[in-house]
Amino acid sequence: MSTVSTAEAAPRHKKPRGQLDHAQRMRRTGWMLSAPAVAIMILVAIAPLVDAVWLSLFHKRLTTPDANSFAGLSNYWVVLKDPLWWTDVWTTLALTVATVSVEFVIGFGLAHLMQRALHLRRSLRTIVLIPYGIVTVVSAYAWRYAFDPSTGFVNDWFGIDIAWFDHRWSALFVIAVSEIWKTTPFMSLLLLGGLIQVSPDVQEAARVDGAGPWQRLTRVTLPIMKQAVLVALLFRTMDAFRIFDAVFVMTGGANDTETVSFLAYRQLVSRTALGLGSAISVLLFACVLLIAFLFIKLFRTDVSKLGSPT
Amino acid sequence: MLRRCGLRAVALALVASVVGCGGGSSGPPVLNWYAPPDNGAYQKLADRCSRASGGAYRVKVSVLPTDASGQREQLVRRLAAKDSSIDVMALDPVFVPEFAEAGFLRPFDPGEAAALTEGMLSSAVESSGWRNRLVAAPFRANTQLLWYRKSVAAAAGLDLSRPVDWDEVITAAEKTHKTVAVPAKRYEGITVWVNGLVTGTGGAIVRDVEKGVDLKPTLQEGGSGRRAAEIMRRLGRSSAAPVNLATSIEDDTRTTFQSGSGGFMVNWTYARGAAVEAVADGQLAREVLDDYGWARYPRTDAGNASRPPFGGIALGVSRYGRHTAAAVSAVRCAGSLENQITYMLESKETTAKAAAYDDPRVREALPMAGLIKESLEQAGPRPRTPYYNDVSASVQRMYHPPAGVDPNTAPRETDDLITGVLHDKVLL
Repeated sequence: MSTVSTAEAAPRHKKPRGQLDHAQRMRRTGWMLSAPAVAIMILVAIAPLVDAVWLSLFHKRLTTPDANSFAGLSNYWVVLKDPLWWTDVWTTLALTVATVSVEFVIGFGLAHLMQRALHLRRSLRTIVLIPYGIVTVVSAYAWRYAFDPSTGFVNDWFGIDIAWFDHRWSALFVIAVSEIWKTTPFMSLLLLGGLIQVSPDVQEAARVDGAGPWQRLTRVTLPIMKQAVLVALLFRTMDAFRIFDAVFVMTGGANDTETVSFLAYRQLVSRTALGLGSAISVLLFACVLLIAFLFIKLFRTDVSKLGSPT
Repeated sequence: MLRRCGLRAVALALVASVVGCGGGSSGPPVLNWYAPPDNGAYQKLADRCSRASGGAYRVKVSVLPTDASGQREQLVRRLAAKDSSIDVMALDPVFVPEFAEAGFLRPFDPGEAAALTEGMLSSAVESSGWRNRLVAAPFRANTQLLWYRKSVAAAAGLDLSRPVDWDEVITAAEKTHKTVAVPAKRYEGITVWVNGLVTGTGGAIVRDVEKGVDLKPTLQEGGSGRRAAEIMRRLGRSSAAPVNLATSIEDDTRTTFQSGSGGFMVNWTYARGAAVEAVADGQLAREVLDDYGWARYPRTDAGNASRPPFGGIALGVSRYGRHTAAAVSAVRCAGSLENQITYMLESKETTAKAAAYDDPRVREALPMAGLIKESLEQAGPRPRTPYYNDVSASVQRMYHPPAGVDPNTAPRETDDLITGVLHDKVLL
């Protein structure tokens, strides 16, 4: 592979001058064409980010405009030494790990089913996607009402009497279930994209070589669709780590079910404490970056080892 | 061709909307009145005032979120950005100091203030002022009552014609295997409850509010915070606690109260009006409505008269609105006795206008009008500080869930939390 690219690259240096200029011109045109998009990106993504970092260095309230003062890094210190931050980080991590792992397993199963189904393949894919098409707030309300002890049907069905939202873990359970129900289709769709890349011939060859179903899954299928798995897990993990709506609707953060996003929302929007809230937002952003970094690192080493012949 | 037509249509629509905006200035100014969702009574009141203005202005009602915190959040967000599309806003009185301190409200001059407070209940007038100026106009005043099922009280042998205290109510419900429903989700309802219990002992959640962030949290003072925690914990752990006590808001408590397990309920004055409507819609049995009884908010201790909660709505005029003079006249119109009576009958919400409670039409529609007026006159207001939201959220965090409140630690921890939060030392 690498030899091919050098062989291709070598003659390029020997190209006449005019062609080089043409390439430069093309590149310049390319930059000019993409400049508006880049400018908009800076305006809508980078500028607010810089503003948030700047705000996080102040004691600042929206409703007492005269009482602002420079805080340095003290807002970060207040956040990081506060047990509430850590409780919320653990809650968020627990929800993330639980939802993403269950979604991965179910999503993988669904992807298989969608790929293998001979009849009604289109209808099947549509049906699987329905939960993902529902607005998160609406689905959160549906699950909340289902589990509500006075109006819900869940307690009735199972003949139990549990106040689901009164206890931390039962509430987190319901939140996780609603998240899983809602986003598994997304996971399965991404995984289906990867599964299609695995050609039946390779599977057949592995079978002929005497590989069992488990071996074929872990040594053939998963390594080939590594990229799709990475994308699916990365997207969902980053998404899950920022969970907000379901918690907002179901518990309002009560009984230690608050997540990091919710904490940031409360400081920024409810308390209008712009300094502290921005510090939390910046830390949340750092967490998401860390997740992306870890995933990319992890997949480069481990999964490539999985794929290499030993 | 089709696509070009589409583009033309979009362009036309854009032009039309621009022209529409400009055209608005030629007619009477449109006042945007932000109000919580209701049964349409706001709109009727707004229409009456628009007509009465003789073309000086037209009031348009815009709907805010259902709960007080959501209403505050939306208004703060808009006003912090100096949104000129808000002219009049319906404010929960607890947020009046914050909005005034932030400069969102246009204060009323003494002449306007005299007209706007004429005949209003003193508790409503007090809660509409900040730093010796009237910054909002009293409008609606609300309080909580102790609602009881007559059959349950009779079975428990509880005499509600005299003042009762919380312990008696809980005991009566335990004896009859019924519930005491209180809105006790971790939201404003918790603060209302704690404040009712604390002021019922003569205490206060905070004092020295004029000192801003250096106010003094006083839940430890005189054991008032402790007594509040004891009662909440007792109910939380009692057989009289509804299953959803820790997650219930006002409407959930009504559902519990009207169900088979209903015995007692602490709730705002709207409860019976809502039950009357439910009966009319065929959603509630007539017997349940006939079983509705009402009494004054329970005492914290036998020695002190209860201080029922104070709620309601004050009307603020935005400093950033384009038509402040017209907005002030609209607010004056809304506060007139006749408009208040009509609005009260239409909305089933109670008013800040004292004389309205003596009107025969109101007496007929609200059989408990006298009790409501008495409760409002002796109501215990919630802390009046620009940092109300932080104080309230601190209380909500430490006094929830009711069953888990520790009377030995909750008052001290809440006092410390309030101080820490106001000085940016602790997260909330």
